[in-house]
Amino acid sequence: MITPFQVAYKNLLRKKVRSLLTLVGILLSTWVLVSLFGFNRGYEAALNRDIDNMGYQLMVMAKGCPYEAATLMLQGGKGLRYMDQSMVDEITRQPGVDRVTPILMQAFFDPNKGDSGGIAGFYGVDAGSYPAMKPFLRFRKGGWFHDNAANEVVMGYEAAELEQREVGDMTMVPEKNVPLKVVGILERTGSQDDGTIFVPLKTLQRISQTNQITTIGIKVKKDADMEKLENTLYQLKDVQVVSFSQVKQTVMKLIATARVMVLSIAIVAVLIAMVGVVNTVLMSVLERKQEIGILKTMGAMPGDIFRLVWTETLILCSLGGVAGIGFALVFARVTDLLARSVLPYAPSGGLVAIDLRLSLLTLAIIVSVGLLSGLYPAWKAGRIRPLESIRGE
Amino acid sequence: MAENGWSLQARQLTRVYHRGSEQIQALDGVSISIRRGEFVSFMGSSGSGKTTLINLLGCLDNPTSGELELAGKSIFGAGKPLGERELTRVRREVFGYIFQNFYLIPTLTVQENVALPLAFYRKPGVEGEVERLLKMLGMEHRMNHLPGQISGGEMQRVAIARALVNRPEILLADEPTGNLDTKRAGEIGEILQDLNRSAGLTIVMVTHNPGLARLGGRQIEMRDGRAFES
Repeated sequence: MITPFQVAYKNLLRKKVRSLLTLVGILLSTWVLVSLFGFNRGYEAALNRDIDNMGYQLMVMAKGCPYEAATLMLQGGKGLRYMDQSMVDEITRQPGVDRVTPILMQAFFDPNKGDSGGIAGFYGVDAGSYPAMKPFLRFRKGGWFHDNAANEVVMGYEAAELEQREVGDMTMVPEKNVPLKVVGILERTGSQDDGTIFVPLKTLQRISQTNQITTIGIKVKKDADMEKLENTLYQLKDVQVVSFSQVKQTVMKLIATARVMVLSIAIVAVLIAMVGVVNTVLMSVLERKQEIGILKTMGAMPGDIFRLVWTETLILCSLGGVAGIGFALVFARVTDLLARSVLPYAPSGGLVAIDLRLSLLTLAIIVSVGLLSGLYPAWKAGRIRPLESIRGE
Repeated sequence: MAENGWSLQARQLTRVYHRGSEQIQALDGVSISIRRGEFVSFMGSSGSGKTTLINLLGCLDNPTSGELELAGKSIFGAGKPLGERELTRVRREVFGYIFQNFYLIPTLTVQENVALPLAFYRKPGVEGEVERLLKMLGMEHRMNHLPGQISGGEMQRVAIARALVNRPEILLADEPTGNLDTKRAGEIGEILQDLNRSAGLTIVMVTHNPGLARLGGRQIEMRDGRAFES
């Protein structure tokens, strides 16, 4: 006929605007909370994906190399440091090393890039070992170079889009005026490979008039002791080792402060929403004091009234929570863009990962905190005595 | 319930309220017996103690002293007040209440308002009682209306149906026509009289309305916390 749940639900409809505002408060706090949880998971997953897409876990480069990105930007690549290619054999001999791939990064000034020219980066990779390290790369058209000295390039998806190149087109190396034939265009990976122009290692060495390299990518054996291998590599002369797990830790530390701040804001938002819940339900209880008294004359026990009022809190929090999660899912892309605009480093791919488990967890938190907030109004309602409420008229 | 023909027996009921240092004797040793099937009206001026008495008889309050028995079972006595739970248990088994202000839930339909007590407590065998009562009180055509869409007299009919849905032994009516015009008050009076005569329902009513009071088989006047049977 009618259940206490229906009674509670219809009670909330009495003051629609007040209930709606409370609902909006819960919605907003849930939105912030679930987006934050989603960001926590999504950011780390995106970072891991970026690192996995590198194809190797360690990089060895000439000492001072981490500062060369800035050098490349400021001086057009004049400050690059190199190491001898014999280092490849030396590293290959180390226990724990599965595969290595030599890389030469070069930057040339392109006067046609942008309004006043810009740097064009080329990635010299070994035609044998590099593709073997990245077997997951797929081609939209074409394939890898025919040999390590061919005048050919493979372009990342975005690089090809930007320069409007197709397989078979010719592209020039700025400054050097060397024509290279586009033999392959990669599918979109969502990683930095999308913007990269790959050239056979020996070709880029010839163009740059060097027989050296800038980087060695190292794939470590599955059962290898990473720390021990890193320490061994540190012993090599004039090189430094970059571990992607360390890079990940450093990046995660960089965003940790931002995460703590946003989490604090989320907690404050949840608390404010819950104060709203207490206010709404308590006001509703006080306004219905006589009615609650009458319910008791009808046979409702204090526990029945407690549950009735608590159910109102449950309905408010559940509806607000579900709506907040819905908003977070719908506007995940907006949150993603917002996060990217303020973060010092944002990996490629989606930064906000909200799934069913996370949604249910957030809903459980919101409902639990809401029910805690509803304890006092429900307890107060349960204690209303019918005689006092009738006299109150 | 009605052992020895007695429904309700009060002995030397006293109720004293305290307002600051002032002591107010609302009831002063009232003894009264109400038999099953009786229609008893209490009259009296404001502050005479009639509402206090009906609240004690209806287990809405504990007396300061005195005894109350229902069907030979002691409810209050030996100075032992009942807790809210115990009072509720007695109330939902024995009493139905109607008030001057109806107290219908505005967001529930007429039908839902009548069924409301069943959401908390349901006596065995009350299935179909909501529809039966609405029909009996001529409200079946209004069952899907909200309280705001019906008249004051109709609201009181709904309140009567709600009070009767769990088949109480005794109906307590506190100024049931206080908010109604003469015509509607007469209609409600007829309904109460009919419930008493044809259904044998015990009715205890407080009213200012002498015409309504005359409908009861017994009229008791309250003065200064004491009961005087006319």
